[in-house]
Amino acid sequence: MANGGSVSVDICEEDYDYQNLGESGPSRGSFQLFKEPACNGQGNPEDIQMEMFTKNSDTSDSESTSSSSSKESSNGYQVRSLQRNNWSSATRKMLSSMPSRKTGLHSSTGMAVRARQTCALPKHQTSSRDSLHIPRATQADITSPEFEEISTEDEANNLAGSGLWCAETNKEQLVSDFRGLSESEGMRKLRAMPLSLADKMEIRKHCFSPLAKNSVINRNVPCHNLPCMYLSRMWRHCRYTPRFSTSLKLWNSSMKKLSGRYGTGVLSYFTFLRTLLFINLLFFIITFLFLVLPQAIHPPPDSHRTSFSWIELLTGIGYLSQSLMFYGYYSNITIKATSITSMVPYCIPTAYVFTTTISFFTICIILVYSMSKSFGKSFQVFKSDGNLSENVFCSWDFKVTKKPSIRLQSEKISTQLKEQLSELTSGEEERTLMQRFRNFLVHVAAWFICLASIFFSALGVYLLSKKAISKMHQNLDLLFMAAVVSGFNLLLPGIFNFCAWIEKHNSPSTRVYVSIFRNLLLKISIIGVLCYHWLGKIAVEQDPQVSKCWENFVGQELYRLLLMDFIFTVLYTFLGEFVWRIFSQKILRKNRKPVFDIARNVLELVYGQTLTWLGVLFAPLLPAVQIAKLFVLFYMKKNSLLLNCQASKKPWRATRMTTVFIALLFFPSFLGAAVFVAYTVWIIKPSSECGPFRNLTNMLESVKLWADRMKDHHQILSWLIRAYNAFTDNPLFLFLPSGVFLLVIYFRIQVVDGQRRIIRRLEKQIDDEGKDKKFLITQLQYLYEENTPNSSHRHRGR
Amino acid sequence: MGTTASQLAKDSLSEYQELTFLTKQEILLAHRRFTELLDRDERNHPNPRVPMEVILTLPELKSNPFKTRICQVFSTSEDKDGSLTFEDFLDLLSAFSDSATLEIKSHYAFRIFDFDDDGTLDCGDLEKLVNCLTGETEDTRLSSEEMRQLISNILDESDIDKDGTVNLSEFQHVISRSPDFVSSFKIVL
Repeated sequence: MANGGSVSVDICEEDYDYQNLGESGPSRGSFQLFKEPACNGQGNPEDIQMEMFTKNSDTSDSESTSSSSSKESSNGYQVRSLQRNNWSSATRKMLSSMPSRKTGLHSSTGMAVRARQTCALPKHQTSSRDSLHIPRATQADITSPEFEEISTEDEANNLAGSGLWCAETNKEQLVSDFRGLSESEGMRKLRAMPLSLADKMEIRKHCFSPLAKNSVINRNVPCHNLPCMYLSRMWRHCRYTPRFSTSLKLWNSSMKKLSGRYGTGVLSYFTFLRTLLFINLLFFIITFLFLVLPQAIHPPPDSHRTSFSWIELLTGIGYLSQSLMFYGYYSNITIKATSITSMVPYCIPTAYVFTTTISFFTICIILVYSMSKSFGKSFQVFKSDGNLSENVFCSWDFKVTKKPSIRLQSEKISTQLKEQLSELTSGEEERTLMQRFRNFLVHVAAWFICLASIFFSALGVYLLSKKAISKMHQNLDLLFMAAVVSGFNLLLPGIFNFCAWIEKHNSPSTRVYVSIFRNLLLKISIIGVLCYHWLGKIAVEQDPQVSKCWENFVGQELYRLLLMDFIFTVLYTFLGEFVWRIFSQKILRKNRKPVFDIARNVLELVYGQTLTWLGVLFAPLLPAVQIAKLFVLFYMKKNSLLLNCQASKKPWRATRMTTVFIALLFFPSFLGAAVFVAYTVWIIKPSSECGPFRNLTNMLESVKLWADRMKDHHQILSWLIRAYNAFTDNPLFLFLPSGVFLLVIYFRIQVVDGQRRIIRRLEKQIDDEGKDKKFLITQLQYLYEENTPNSSHRHRGR
Repeated sequence: MGTTASQLAKDSLSEYQELTFLTKQEILLAHRRFTELLDRDERNHPNPRVPMEVILTLPELKSNPFKTRICQVFSTSEDKDGSLTFEDFLDLLSAFSDSATLEIKSHYAFRIFDFDDDGTLDCGDLEKLVNCLTGETEDTRLSSEEMRQLISNILDESDIDKDGTVNLSEFQHVISRSPDFVSSFKIVL
């Protein structure tokens, strides 16, 4: 239970009070509720166990408890099987028709059987139903075996009638449930019911037969209705396939193969990669259509092309810098050439700012939405520590199909359960003061090593960035800095892993979070240093090495970083996984393959995405590079995984980690890039000799100029512009929405609080009801026995 | 109703689409895989029923420790022998599909884990469940002491009305706390 052991212990103690009331509890026999008609008398192998009177004195041999219950008695949790041969039929009927025993049992077979029964049995047998007060069947069905059993023991009419009555009410109730609904709603409800397909088709025929003529499957449609019918069919299909992400069917078969072998954790990495691919695709489409294409069709007049050499593909200078790839190519022309644009002249600088802003805004909304959905899935109203039952019921991954992976999964679950059980029995081991002090020292030392390495790598990057670039080895110098950054990103996580290994954290999730934090700190510090260098130094001062167009330089730096990161990932996959596996198999003769480190790989993806977002203002085609990179990365990682790695033995909570990763993508990565771009657009003066914003004080000014020009020409635009100005100038417009948001958040928190309180109260109520139920049943049986002492013998004799 | 020999009638296809959580491609793929399991003379039968041993040769089910229970739960045969018709097979895939609701999945999970089919998970069911989860080898199996403790802890945590068994509502209550259940209770052809 969510509240932990304390509540249940109290209840157990109270039960002893009930038990000690000393009523003449019924002697024990076997309590056969769901006896199948075939086997009789000997007692079920699994008796239904009810926590009833535990008369310690009456440990008679009639007790044919199953082995587990007798063991449990020693544990203090008194569960004895109640064994009664001679429970009255009334009691048994009552118990068998308890709602909690009926929900969802044998629904398909029962439903089908009863559907046939209602047709077969004549209707006049309903007269005897008044004598019984069997509670109305819930929407889920009643087992048919138990009715068969009871009808053999009692008057057939009575129970056949009652069974029929129940079946009829059940069917009637189901049909009436659907009566009020429209067809689509009814279909949706029917789909969500746990019945077999045959039963569903029957219900559909009964409930929707008049409508069936108009349904999709009827093909005799008059011609003039054809377009409407076609439209409604398309709409119906769209609604019934709620997954609008049918476009995300890319790579489905590969991912199924991977999940079959490695489980959900590794799958979440590849899903994340696919999501990033689509985000980049969206970004690229917006930028391409509205910025790159117009500029490509109308090339600027002053472009001159130098010759092309292959090394420039890596460094980004030379030919590429004069192309659509980088900022410098774009001009501040206003296209008036075609007929459409003579109405609304297409202004390239404005388009530049708008496409970037709108793309960022769209992606912000997408990320916040997916983050909130993911958070909603993994949020629990009660944080329960005792999640053994959760582990047992939910941890089996049905997607895993390969035999060795299944074995590994069983090992994983077994280890997890054993660890949790040992934690419960032994509890926190008492560590001596010396041990605790030593642990503390080790922690401090590990953190010191990590922080020092991060600091020195950031310092190294900073110093390197200030170094002058010689004209002789220009290419190599440029690439050197990017290589150094990627090198740090590759080596330092190894140091962090070593530190984590000597630290020996208590739980594996702490270890994962700590390693994520350290990696994140490294990447943030390196990128932070670089951003400071670019915006603080290069943009402001006229650095001679930058050759007059600083935006191009920054764009090229980011391009180089992205490419180097990719090259180093390829190298690491090849060396780290492939060669290591060959090495360990042939030379070290161990059969252990390396394990795929999910956290580290996801952080690599987030890092690459951050670079893309930072660079898109200066190199509009950078998302295309990222798309190509992600595409190749997918196949490379997949093949390397299948060849070289084995599944991990540690449990991985996929949904929670996915929430963490999307949050990481949003919070440091996207927001950081957005702040960087906003700062650049707002504050920094663009270079005066290249790009669409030459001779302006900042990039935003181009929009203001455009707005001024447009105001005079077009009504709607001028109205929009006026509204926008009013919106941004008046601070009230900022406070009002924030105030509303805060109020909504406050209300939600209160609702969650209220729900927690209600849940607690309901749990207590269920407990009390359970006790009432037990009490009433035993009282009922006791009274029956008091009244008819002879007939009980007769029953026993039968 | 039922499927014709080698291809699915359009009426049936759209009806299956409306009544299950599967898309059209998934239904067609399921039909193809199902007919591959039949031998030649069975293929002309209007509503063929495939015995359990043949179903269990499917690679998606072959090594699953719950394979027999899955077949028994979804089987509509009178003898309860786990044989499946095509519609039972679709039921199976629908419950294990991507878009099935949590209620459906937890309902069928409950029935799969209910080894003795009595409508509740009692100690015997839980013991069999844990043995399926931990596998066959000696070192992964739980000792009887650990098993006893595990079962009593599970009942402590999930048995709200304290009757010694876990019924469907209590099971669904536990499942609702785990966000990973929906993604792990999936089988894709």
